[in-house]
Amino acid sequence: MTNLDLNGRPVSFRSPDDTPLLWAIRDEIGLTGTKFGCGIGMCGACTVHVEGRATRSCITPLAAVAGARITTIEGLDPKGQHPLQSAWIELQVPQCGYCQSGQIMQAATLLQDYPDPTDRDIDAVMAGSLCRCMTYVRIRKAIKLAASKMRVGSAP
Amino acid sequence: MIGFLALAWRPAILPIDPPAKTSFPAELIASGQILAGAGYCEVCHTRQGGEKLAGGYALRSDFGTIYSTNITPEPETGIGRWSLEAFTRAMHEGVARDGSHLFPAFPYDHYTKISDEDVEALYAYLMTRPPVKATAPVNTLPFPLNIRTLQEGWKLLFFRSGRYRPDAAKSAEWNRGAYLAEGLSHCGGCHTPRNLLGAEKADHAYGGAVIEDWVAPALTDENPSPAPWTQGELFSYLRSGVSPLHGVSAGSMSPVIHTGLAAVPDADIRAEAIYFAELDHAEARTAATDAAIKKALATSALGTGQEYDPDARLYAAACVACHYNAGPNPLPARPELALNSALTLSEPTNFIHVVLEGIGTRDGGPGLVMPSYAALGDADIARLAAYLRRTRTDRSPWTDVETKVAALRRQAASAKPE
Repeated sequence: MTNLDLNGRPVSFRSPDDTPLLWAIRDEIGLTGTKFGCGIGMCGACTVHVEGRATRSCITPLAAVAGARITTIEGLDPKGQHPLQSAWIELQVPQCGYCQSGQIMQAATLLQDYPDPTDRDIDAVMAGSLCRCMTYVRIRKAIKLAASKMRVGSAP
Repeated sequence: MIGFLALAWRPAILPIDPPAKTSFPAELIASGQILAGAGYCEVCHTRQGGEKLAGGYALRSDFGTIYSTNITPEPETGIGRWSLEAFTRAMHEGVARDGSHLFPAFPYDHYTKISDEDVEALYAYLMTRPPVKATAPVNTLPFPLNIRTLQEGWKLLFFRSGRYRPDAAKSAEWNRGAYLAEGLSHCGGCHTPRNLLGAEKADHAYGGAVIEDWVAPALTDENPSPAPWTQGELFSYLRSGVSPLHGVSAGSMSPVIHTGLAAVPDADIRAEAIYFAELDHAEARTAATDAAIKKALATSALGTGQEYDPDARLYAAACVACHYNAGPNPLPARPELALNSALTLSEPTNFIHVVLEGIGTRDGGPGLVMPSYAALGDADIARLAAYLRRTRTDRSPWTDVETKVAALRRQAASAKPE
């Protein structure tokens, strides 16, 4: 039994404590916005937040996140209107969409660390998030759009 | 021989009726609780998933596996019938109530430095814990090492009984740090290399050692980290598990910080930081820290552009999203690998451990989790190790990394509790 906080609600997982967090989120809870990509932490599709930071959930065992605060794409913003989500819609970033929740979760951590990221910062932090439709150019543009909106939003 | 046996024989101390909880003043118990934290009694005297302080933790040594004992006040299987006198003798001399010698896996060579008052407080704390009936498994020490009488010979050679003596030339804070570090916190137990008979090498104190398949790094100026361990870095690490310029706690250091030292007040943690910052001559090296940070951050984006080097591409896919730092200073939540202790040690042991096992909520610092990359093959982990060693440090390449990954993987699988 692993207890943690998922999108602001206390959750007890029955799965064995070496079960990947991704499986527990999708199969036990039924939140399927987080995707299974490679299963070995090499593609970024399964990215969720652990204590507010992007983490590959497919290789994170439940035992490692006991007591932690987990956020999935469904919990990033109560109305699904995080500046990144709005920018994604505005610029129509996705093609097939499979990797996009992972991209957005990773980008959210990027903007938290670097509110005004350079191309180099974006390339580095997003390097582990693969998109087989090659939407990278739009992803970068949407990150910059969201960053500018967030900076305006947080200005005094 | 008869003389030796005469010397080796210690009388039993008569059992007592377990003292009533109410016989200990609350302040003494509270003070004992803090001291028990500083000595992490619970870490070694609790088996994984077991009742607190009830023993059974397996300590793997070069000589065999030794199981810790039950130190709850249970009268038959714990220390419920131990008088304060018997407890004090165990702490100061390494002799059990029944007169038998304790193995030095119990660090009485350090605890002998603890004051009588502090031993009494520890006794009050332990004797007021919930009693648990539990007997530890039998040790796997081979003959003749399992003969406790022979421990007297070990003591004659390596053990000097005696309380901590303050150094008048040093500050009160330094002395407090030394008292804790050399006594109760027994830092040398892991960080000082041992001789063939398992005794700490006094002339190489805190020189770094391998324990339970992890490297306990040197705490002297032999420590190879690019940035020195200053008082501030030591305090941050011992208090929270994170040193921004060195990395996070892992392995058996995690419970030391999060289970043990968590009970200890800031002033005592600071005293230990003062003691070790002086030991590693951090002061003399801080002038070079800024240059070390700058040099480290200059490597942070390596591998993130158009890369044809497959090692770099593996690194970009697996590691860089979390470990990249834009500068000018590394963010505590983005452990900078070019500054990280694991990469500069002479062996890849700790690096491999962290890649295979990750960092959970019980390790490291608050809110920092690293997944387990055990899904990568031995060869790929060895490539990552070689790549980072090559591009992030000035040190000579590690050797036989792939074999070492395989060995640690087997070790982890066999150590897994049923």
